[in-house]
Amino acid sequence: MSDGHDELPVAARVRRLEERLIAAGLATDSELDEILERVFTSASPVNGARMVARAWKDPAYRDRLLADGNAAAAELGFGAGTRGYLLKAVQNTPAVHNLIVCTLCSCYPTALLGPSPSWYKSFAYRSRAVREPRAVLAEFGVELPGGTEIQVWDANSETRYLVLPLPAEGADGLDEGELASLVTRNGLIGTAVR
Amino acid sequence: MTRFAAGSRVRARAADPDGHTRLPRYVRGHVGEVIEVRATWPLPDQAVRGIVHAEPVYAVRFPAAGLWGSGSHWVIIDMWESYLEEAP
Repeated sequence: MSDGHDELPVAARVRRLEERLIAAGLATDSELDEILERVFTSASPVNGARMVARAWKDPAYRDRLLADGNAAAAELGFGAGTRGYLLKAVQNTPAVHNLIVCTLCSCYPTALLGPSPSWYKSFAYRSRAVREPRAVLAEFGVELPGGTEIQVWDANSETRYLVLPLPAEGADGLDEGELASLVTRNGLIGTAVR
Repeated sequence: MTRFAAGSRVRARAADPDGHTRLPRYVRGHVGEVIEVRATWPLPDQAVRGIVHAEPVYAVRFPAAGLWGSGSHWVIIDMWESYLEEAP
């Protein structure tokens, strides 16, 4: 994905780790390549945005998404990327805003949101999101009305979260592709309105 | 049959385990409410030692004021069954 990291100590450490995994028979070279290929070529917030746009456009899909995130992801062709965890979509409403964090590391549904941004992995975000989400959101430019309830979802287990943002006002006339273009990665995390 | 169900009041265990755990310090000893039974998954505390011990996992909702002494938001976090005890 990014060039120029070959000489970093972490790159050497990753290479040694890969060699150990292969030597121990826990993974093959081609399996590791396949996983990296999938992460770096197909994992993208465009995928999550497509699910959100479909949910905005099709209430039946929205209901299926809220009931069974994995099945709803598979419907749009993201079944392979979201295998291995329980996908939960959490819906923003005028009364409730949802925010995702992983306080223990940096888990989120990479296939649908793309590689996680560095701030999502930062100690500051991970510790403050659960403690003072309103202040964190304000720093992202999200000013919620005082009465809005905030729900912070800590992805400490095998559950991965996707925020279903509120649709934009006046978006009714847009087609699904146009709607998807309104959705950002931060919107899928909850650090943007959409 | 799971020990807890949606609506159960539970307390996260306060003990500091010797090894790996997915029970973060900030919820230990605090009381929350089960909102959903997630699934049955291997307990990470044992899996890290190569022991597969599957347990029910619950989504538990904690009020910020309980965790931090202030705040009006909610924190929802998954808890393996052995992380929890019944709360009055």
